[in-house]
Amino acid sequence: MTETPVMPLHMQRVGFDPVDGLARVRENGGVTRVVTPFGLPAWLVTRYEDVREVLSDPARFSNARRGFPLPDEVELQLSEEEIAQRRAGQLLAMDPPDHTRLRRMLTPEFTVRRIGRLAPRIEQIVEQHLDDLEREGPPADLVSRFALPIPSLVICELLGVPYAERAGFQRRTRRQLDFSVPIQERLALQRESREFMRGQVVRAKAAPGEDMLGMLVREHGDELTEDELIGIAGLLLVAGHETTSNMLGLGTLALLCHPEQLALVRDDPAAVEPAVEELLRWLSIVPSGIPRVTTTEVTLAGQTIPEGELVMAALVAADRDPALLDEPDRLDITRGGMGHVAFGHGLHHCLGAPLARMEMKTAFPALLRRFPQLALAVPYEEIGFRGHHFIHGLHSLPVTW
Amino acid sequence: MRVSADRDVCIGSGNCVLTAPAVFDQDDEEGLVVVLTSDVEGPVADVVRAAVARCPSGALRLIEGQEPPAGP
Repeated sequence: MTETPVMPLHMQRVGFDPVDGLARVRENGGVTRVVTPFGLPAWLVTRYEDVREVLSDPARFSNARRGFPLPDEVELQLSEEEIAQRRAGQLLAMDPPDHTRLRRMLTPEFTVRRIGRLAPRIEQIVEQHLDDLEREGPPADLVSRFALPIPSLVICELLGVPYAERAGFQRRTRRQLDFSVPIQERLALQRESREFMRGQVVRAKAAPGEDMLGMLVREHGDELTEDELIGIAGLLLVAGHETTSNMLGLGTLALLCHPEQLALVRDDPAAVEPAVEELLRWLSIVPSGIPRVTTTEVTLAGQTIPEGELVMAALVAADRDPALLDEPDRLDITRGGMGHVAFGHGLHHCLGAPLARMEMKTAFPALLRRFPQLALAVPYEEIGFRGHHFIHGLHSLPVTW
Repeated sequence: MRVSADRDVCIGSGNCVLTAPAVFDQDDEEGLVVVLTSDVEGPVADVVRAAVARCPSGALRLIEGQEPPAGP
């Protein structure tokens, strides 16, 4: 049976947009009580400055206190060993100095220069997928044929996971992050994912390749437990394909709905980078990061919050805050800038941001130049937006050209 | 105006490199920020201010005004 949980305010959408109620909270008070998708009470912070304050102060807003907060009755059923396994290597459930230790191992792999060296391979992957689409002809589902496979193949090669395994990990990721899937099934999928990654880690340990898993084994193998390696690699695999794929799918739909802006991305190379930043901001597909726990009594937007409470920073509300830019609800790719918090803020800021940016700035113009007549193959009203997912996106995007 | 970077705080997001590549870089070994020119004036200063505002970790600091003259 599938549950249909009521999503907290910042996770509700009407098409691309957050719901009006979220803007009302931001305008009136700035902070409100919500219930997380796991049924736990939390404070929702909505203003740009407050969101940045929460995310940049791990001493007062801790990721590690609860890790990934689950309802108590679920946590009680997990063994101590499993709780430890779930947390091992999970950078998002850590504070400094534990977080710093692991992140420092990965930072050199994601510098702007290192990612820049991947550009030719990313271009090749994009062109291959466009060749396949062109050969088979319209119509096609752009999610399953373009938006999902491109970042999946890129992260597989980078990490050292066989692309042949994609059907399994894509399905597990999609369902693990879907709040309409019962919690016990999602926990079972997490166990499956961990076992899958255990196999990859064991293989990398036996014969470390020239990929990120190989690097971690070679350079940090004696500092990392097997569970930590599994946790790090699992996080990179999920974060590497599920996020960018939803940006590519939703971003393409957003451009199709704004044809004059689509034409700019297609025809003017200088328009691409600002367009990527504006799409990141306007879509803010990750509505909030991992909930923080207050380590002391804090005051946000005049609201006193006691110690030990969950706080969710609504990235999607911050990125639509008039304090960030004028007419925040309008998509205008010509003004795109990097001040948004779509990649988060603070020390948990997305590690793969340079990679995601590179994939998007390659894929959007390549798609639009290959198919200048790209159009929806169904009426807009029939496009299926995902409603109960940790990351906003589309079920499918039928297009023709 | 001077800009300085605290590599102990830096998380290597690369936002500064993307914003002001003439002023910031990342080293290959650790992927952390390297300030290429710490004295910035004119239009470059505005770009550097933007880079500082976009730094997610708070590793960058601005010191407004000219460098004091070297001591005796």
